[in-house]
Amino acid sequence: MVVVKLLLEITDLAVEVNEKEILSDIDLYIEKGETHVLLGPNGTGKSTLFMSILGFPKYKITRGEILFKGKDITHLSTTERVKMGIGVSFQNPPAIRGVRLKDLLRIEDEKKSVETGEKDLRPELMDITRKMKFDESFIERDVNLGFSGGEVKRSEILQLLAQKPDFTMFDEPDSGVDIENVELIAQEINTLLDKDKKPGLRERSGLLITHLGYILNFVGANTAHVLMDGKIACSGDPTEILEDIRKEGFKGCVECCETH
Amino acid sequence: MLRNTLERAEKAKKKPAALGGDVDIEEFEQEEEGEHEKIESLQDLPKSYKDTVLKVGVDPTEQGRAGSFMQIDQSGVCSNCSSESIELMNMKDAFKKHSWLSDYMWNAVPVDADKYTAETELRNSNGYFIRALPGAKETFPIQACMFIGDKNVAQTAHNIIIAEENAELNIITGCSTGADVNSAMHVGVSEFYLKKGAKITFTMVHNWAEQVEVRPRTGIIMGDDSTYISNYILTSPVKGVQTYPTAYCQGKNSKAVFQSILGGQKNSVLDQGSRAYLTGKNSSAEMVTRAVSRDESQIYTRGHLAGKSQDVKGHLECMGLVLSDDSMIYSVPELEGSATNLELSHEAAVGKIAEEEVLYLMSRGLTEEEAASMIVRGFLSMDIKGLPPKLAAETKRMIDMSTRGM
Repeated sequence: MVVVKLLLEITDLAVEVNEKEILSDIDLYIEKGETHVLLGPNGTGKSTLFMSILGFPKYKITRGEILFKGKDITHLSTTERVKMGIGVSFQNPPAIRGVRLKDLLRIEDEKKSVETGEKDLRPELMDITRKMKFDESFIERDVNLGFSGGEVKRSEILQLLAQKPDFTMFDEPDSGVDIENVELIAQEINTLLDKDKKPGLRERSGLLITHLGYILNFVGANTAHVLMDGKIACSGDPTEILEDIRKEGFKGCVECCETH
Repeated sequence: MLRNTLERAEKAKKKPAALGGDVDIEEFEQEEEGEHEKIESLQDLPKSYKDTVLKVGVDPTEQGRAGSFMQIDQSGVCSNCSSESIELMNMKDAFKKHSWLSDYMWNAVPVDADKYTAETELRNSNGYFIRALPGAKETFPIQACMFIGDKNVAQTAHNIIIAEENAELNIITGCSTGADVNSAMHVGVSEFYLKKGAKITFTMVHNWAEQVEVRPRTGIIMGDDSTYISNYILTSPVKGVQTYPTAYCQGKNSKAVFQSILGGQKNSVLDQGSRAYLTGKNSSAEMVTRAVSRDESQIYTRGHLAGKSQDVKGHLECMGLVLSDDSMIYSVPELEGSATNLELSHEAAVGKIAEEEVLYLMSRGLTEEEAASMIVRGFLSMDIKGLPPKLAAETKRMIDMSTRGM
């Protein structure tokens, strides 16, 4: 019996936005239970890779393929991909007037509750809400409207906790968050990535964009990738790569990668 | 006086309205008062009527209501009121009771404004009379229902609403048509009089049929320290609605608020405005409209703030979403400042659903259609300000219900 260990397989991917190539030659393989980190300077296409994996229409795949759970999802809609178990926490999500945070937390339960007629959050979800330092009145607010930087990030993680994806992408979950809340966010990212289980028993995986790498003090990663000019220039042990970047900058790190 | 009024009405009989498509009233049938039998309470209505009025916020069980009024076509069929501090009756009875009532006729709306006001007078129309006695603090709302029961009738009504000094009055009005009525016309003249320190909230839900022409005519005369809050909700198909309620903020510190939710569907032509003449010292007005156009609908949303004296304030806001290429939203905000030291402002935006918002919701597991519909519902479900908590919650539910089909 063959056990499928690979959750996400990206092979030879090239992506265009407004007819301009942003990503090319991307190969990325993430196994079940693994956490990968995506590093790189501003504007190299880290978020573009996320949106391409999500299948946002603006991001046109011109070459290569994306497999998720062994299935080709290269041409599936965002809705179908999400249904298969892909989730994301956005860096700058839009505010939507009249759509409450609570409405988004209820999406998963909505189908069941149409039958039961329930309109409140499940007690379990309410507990998670409180754990993310939100109260009943906060989740009645229009999503992201007037949220502080930290509230946006906590709300993104909270929505993912309700959604329970098998593969989660985190776009700078720690930027603009104070130290105390970074630890809280990291703790729940760990929950989303099955870090409370032994490595061999972990099922869920993640890909994380971080600028400062500070959150990696709390979230253990298996592999780091450096994205430069739309290509993965270097992959390896997260601690070593971060160390290199701190000493030599992104350029130095990539040069080091190329020579070895 | 009476002769003068009738003469003016006679002269204006053919006068077209300043706005909206012209409707030939002669094409519709005139029905007499008394065609529909009187009932003790809305509980005596046939089930099909009950279901219909419930959709426009009129509760046939009458629970949580201070009183109920219903007019079917030209007949005032029901008026009951359990509140000691509120008088509710049809206008014919009100004239018998209060000899002074004629003093309130046609002061807030000119009888010769157009052919519709003229027709309302010439037909000697019924309507409702609501009066909150001085100091009344009734938290339960009065519900009033204008219902078109027979095919092709032209319904007219002349309503007088008075809030005496320091009285608080909450009114829910639902307007609807019977299931087999497709074509009809409704003209409702409503004159509001707010005395010193009075407050009226007036929440109106319209749910007419596809071939119904609607021409409400509303004027509000406001005394010192009075507050008038109007909430208007229309999201179902109708042939045409044209209305431009006007608040005369004459009293010092008087305040008028108009909040409107408009959903255009099918071939509906909605021409809805609100106007405030700010003449009282420190008087103010606030107008907020949310409009969504679908199918081949046309929505005109108008607002006119006229600052006529110093220290007045007004703000006008209109947000529109155009959801189909064949539909239209025409937003006309007007500011008129004719004194120094006043503050009038407006913001208007007409656009489409932001793709970024749709994608955000899709990334949480909704389909594109589900996401768009959640955004539209959210857009229309503005927070209605100024209602007592229970009524606010009920109104919110009513809005949710009305916007579900959008």
